[in-house]
Amino acid sequence: MNPPLHLWLIPVLPLIGAAINGLFGKRFSRAAVSTVALLFCGAAFAMALWVVSQFPSLALPHTEFLATWIRAGTFQADFGFYLDQLSLVMLLVVTGVGFLIHIYSVGYMWEEGGFYRFFSYLNLFMFFMLTLVLAGNYLLMFIGWEGVGLASYLLIGFWFTKDSAAAAGKKAFIVNRIGDFGFLIALFLLIQHYGSLNFGTVFQSISPLSPETGGAGLLTAIALLLLVGACGKSAQIPLYVWLPDAMEGPTPVSALIHAATMVTAGVYMISRSHVIFERAPMALTVVAIIGILTALFAASIGVVQTDIKKVLAYSTISQLGYMFLACGVAAFSAGIFHLMTHAFFKGLLFLAAGSVIHGLGGEQDMRHMGGLRKKIPWTFWTMTAATFAIAGIPPFAGFFSKDEILWRAYQASWIYWAIGLFTAFLTSFYMFRLWFMTFFGEYRGDVENSHAHESHAGHSSDDHSLDDHHLDDSRAGAPAPHNHEHGHGGIHESPKVMLIPLVILAVLSICGGWIGVPGSLGGSNKFDKFLGPVFHVSTPDVNANSASSSEAAPPEKQTEGPEPKTGPATESIFTGISVAAGLFGLYLAWLLYLRRPQLPEQIAHTLAGFYNTVLHKYYVDEIYAALFVKPLVDGSRAVLWHGIDQGVIDAAVDGSADGARDVSDTMRHMQSGNVRSYAGWVAVGAAALIAYMIWVAR
Amino acid sequence: MNMANLDGSILSLITFIPLGGALLLLLFPRRDRDIRVFALVVSLLAFVASLHLPAHFQRAQSTFQFQHDNVWIAHPNIHYHMGIDGISMWLIVLTTFLTPLCVLISWKSIHERVKEFFILLLILETALIGVFVSLDLFLFYFFWEATLIPMALLIGMYGHGRRVYAAVKFFLFTMIASVFMLAAILWLYARVGSFDFVTVQNAIRSGQVQDYSSAAIWLFLGFFIAFAVKVPLFPFHTWLPDAHVEAPTAGSVLLAGVLLKMGTYGMVRFNLGLFPEQSRHNAPWIMVLALIGIIYGALVAMVQPNLKKLIAYSSISHLGFVVLGIFSFTQIGLDGATYVMLAHGVSTGALFMLAGILYERKHTYEISEFGGLATPMPRYATFFLFIVLASVGLPLLNGFVGEFLVLSGAFQARAIYGILGATGVIWSACYLLWMYQRVFFGKVTHPSNQSLPDMNLRERAALWPAAAMALVMGVAPLLWLNAIDPSVQSVLAPFSQLASKVVGR
Repeated sequence: MNPPLHLWLIPVLPLIGAAINGLFGKRFSRAAVSTVALLFCGAAFAMALWVVSQFPSLALPHTEFLATWIRAGTFQADFGFYLDQLSLVMLLVVTGVGFLIHIYSVGYMWEEGGFYRFFSYLNLFMFFMLTLVLAGNYLLMFIGWEGVGLASYLLIGFWFTKDSAAAAGKKAFIVNRIGDFGFLIALFLLIQHYGSLNFGTVFQSISPLSPETGGAGLLTAIALLLLVGACGKSAQIPLYVWLPDAMEGPTPVSALIHAATMVTAGVYMISRSHVIFERAPMALTVVAIIGILTALFAASIGVVQTDIKKVLAYSTISQLGYMFLACGVAAFSAGIFHLMTHAFFKGLLFLAAGSVIHGLGGEQDMRHMGGLRKKIPWTFWTMTAATFAIAGIPPFAGFFSKDEILWRAYQASWIYWAIGLFTAFLTSFYMFRLWFMTFFGEYRGDVENSHAHESHAGHSSDDHSLDDHHLDDSRAGAPAPHNHEHGHGGIHESPKVMLIPLVILAVLSICGGWIGVPGSLGGSNKFDKFLGPVFHVSTPDVNANSASSSEAAPPEKQTEGPEPKTGPATESIFTGISVAAGLFGLYLAWLLYLRRPQLPEQIAHTLAGFYNTVLHKYYVDEIYAALFVKPLVDGSRAVLWHGIDQGVIDAAVDGSADGARDVSDTMRHMQSGNVRSYAGWVAVGAAALIAYMIWVAR
Repeated sequence: MNMANLDGSILSLITFIPLGGALLLLLFPRRDRDIRVFALVVSLLAFVASLHLPAHFQRAQSTFQFQHDNVWIAHPNIHYHMGIDGISMWLIVLTTFLTPLCVLISWKSIHERVKEFFILLLILETALIGVFVSLDLFLFYFFWEATLIPMALLIGMYGHGRRVYAAVKFFLFTMIASVFMLAAILWLYARVGSFDFVTVQNAIRSGQVQDYSSAAIWLFLGFFIAFAVKVPLFPFHTWLPDAHVEAPTAGSVLLAGVLLKMGTYGMVRFNLGLFPEQSRHNAPWIMVLALIGIIYGALVAMVQPNLKKLIAYSSISHLGFVVLGIFSFTQIGLDGATYVMLAHGVSTGALFMLAGILYERKHTYEISEFGGLATPMPRYATFFLFIVLASVGLPLLNGFVGEFLVLSGAFQARAIYGILGATGVIWSACYLLWMYQRVFFGKVTHPSNQSLPDMNLRERAALWPAAAMALVMGVAPLLWLNAIDPSVQSVLAPFSQLASKVVGR
């Protein structure tokens, strides 16, 4: 028996912080609010580190039971927790990156209204995210799953007086609900067939089964339904549409929720359910196809975006596509590896972008940036590390994880690899485009002249939130609420409290991949070995199904650790190719955006039709609106409400209920004596009621 | 006091405390403040008394508890027979929980004929509790109809614009539907010679009722129609939006919170309890109506320009879940159905209170008259959001537990029921969050709304208990389910063959 670790404390600590700030924060000073938020978030991080120290002595998976949540008939769901290598990695990423972003937010949000509200939501998010990661059953996971959706809704719509922010929050919640619908049905299937939602019970029942080949069975259905949920949360085709809009939220939120943690929940959930997915080859193929298509599709949109956050948003969708691809070729540990490095570099990219936006007083359009590398050097250098990481340039973190995914994808099918490679090139291109447009060349904005803070992060000083109304800082002194202590005049580097997290994440973006150096490059892929026990134990017996040579059930499955049949030499060649693709992206970006900046416009002009389609994000939002939203709203109004409710049912009722007498007349003709006298009473009663009401009321 | 004595009379005590209060109010001078305080004290007293029930309820025992059985009228053989199980117990507590909140929320909004208002409210409370404690068909019917008059008067006297139309529509709809139930009850009495629920049930189960097999379907339908109109099940629902829109806030709270549950409670107790065969036989089309209710109610709610109508249609959607769970004949589904009844009572009750708070300030429910209210009314916006989240079924709040169990049960009964029902999680997010956005987000659209006062202490006192209850019911549902589960088990006992087949491992 393991000693109890009291895992429940890890999510509950931030919840306490959320409650304190939420209930009393209005009366606290900003310093007090940030102290509370950082204290409880930091405590969760500290406890996670302590868990790491205890980890070697644990028998895995380590489970803990806190209380029973629901019991109905034979069904039971507990507040139970589950710790293994996979949840440990997630735990560290979430608490670690989360804590850094909390620190950063103190600086970023300092002048904003609703400071306490922001940190209360942020802590609440940590609570739900940690619940999701540590849950010991699908229902508890679902609590976290929906809960992070709530936190996301609240934080996207943080500047709720802005219509676009409010709409984006709602859109995120509803689109996620569509995914949750699939998740729910999967849970119903699990309950029906396995009588439980506990990971242990479910996986134990499923482990002995062999893969469902040659058609779809129960496991395929469950896996596909879980995938629907994962597509919602991790913004994959066709449910990705909410994530770009989610950039309406404050930038630290984009970093924490919409890049580093929440959006990776789908990848985590699929990896957690790998026992099911491995036995549903068809579902795995679908995961891979969705992943690779999303990666390509989103990257292509990222190439033409001009809003710095939008570029990063599409980039996030694209990178999540890589992770899905990894899961789809059953290379779960590669997916989790990329999840981790992505949390570092994409979290950093958003934070650094936030620092740029902060420094420019709210400007997000890259066409109004340029030449910033001298003015905000810390931001520049940290962002450089992250850009090289995501572009897959060795030895930065992203290189190792992306390379591993591409290599594993190749072993499943060269098509995955080819598209993945092209996407890697696009990724490198749009990231260096961002890098050059932001930091190099001539400054194209006008912030130097007037540093107008009312447009900070895109909302005006009148817009502040709920609570400012109650804060003492008077709104009368017009510029007061948004007065930077360092604000007046010109582009400025961010305060230390924002730079320190940047630096730490930059170090992680550089070194974070070194724990997963593959054998072909002289490493031993410690990361893969560490996660090995999670993904190996229950890998189905492939030999029993050697007939299934379909791409979807790659026989390399059992080779998470040991290197596959193709030798390290081949792998090195592939590594070389993907590095070349990254460098080519860098070159092209340099050529187009630094060397000959007039070229992009010419290209856009020649390819006007295609360019405009991509610029408008392939018109997907418009298509969804025309196909689903509008018919649903108009149909409900015209057909259901005005048509059926008022036109048919009520018309019939009013016809007969015009007066009580008509009705009672009808009833008097009924046969039963009882009924007849009863009908009389109805008439008398109704008449008396009306008389009384008229008498009293008039 | 002797515990055994109290156990025998506690139900009568709870039932008639409000009525006693109402009678005393008759004697009161017309000093509005005293009347309000007294009504509050009486309703709190009933609430405290009702807490005796869960405190002393034997959770392991599945028969009726706290029974009291006296002859009321010898000819015809009518008994004053009261008793509760785990299902009715919580509905009673729900009623006594909501009534004090209704008193608080009506404090200022009712300023004319105050005395009559609170008398009616307390009479209504007695009638509602009476419905849930009665184990004699006649007694049940008596209380059932007794709820109509105070409710119709509350709507007709204290309502808004078209109140008389709404009151009469409400009265006629439910009264006419009740005729069929009365006919069924009288038929049963003619054959069994008793109105006693348990006696009638035993007679039916042992096959001693003459002509039963040919009449059963009509008996089933007689009860069912009365209940379906009350729920209300599509297509009998059109009285509800009108009644809600015109009703004063307290009337809406009790109407949505408790009165509708009389219908679903009746289905569990009488349709399932007396006619299991017919229930099973008719379940398919009833499930379909329930599903239509869920989806149709939600879609129509989505396009309502009137806040209160929107909440009313959302009730139709939520009550669809209850019916779906009941006619799944699964333990998990019926547990969930009972839980949805309670959860919906709390959260929709709270939604109507919140709508009422807005009405007091603006004298309108039109959503277009609002917009950006989160800026002048942050506290109000927070409460509203919390209750909206409870209502959309966010886990750890009260709505989720019941909906999840219901859908899981429906899925086991037949997958397509669960799947269609589960689309409800999408629709509810659509109509509630869209409404919330239009009312609270964006800039203040009407300058006069700029200065709307936020919630005062009394209004917060009315909302805090509901919000806290929504949270506790979401986090610790076992407090309720422990008592519900065994009672549901005994309700489903006759269905055991079916149940064991579907619930299975």
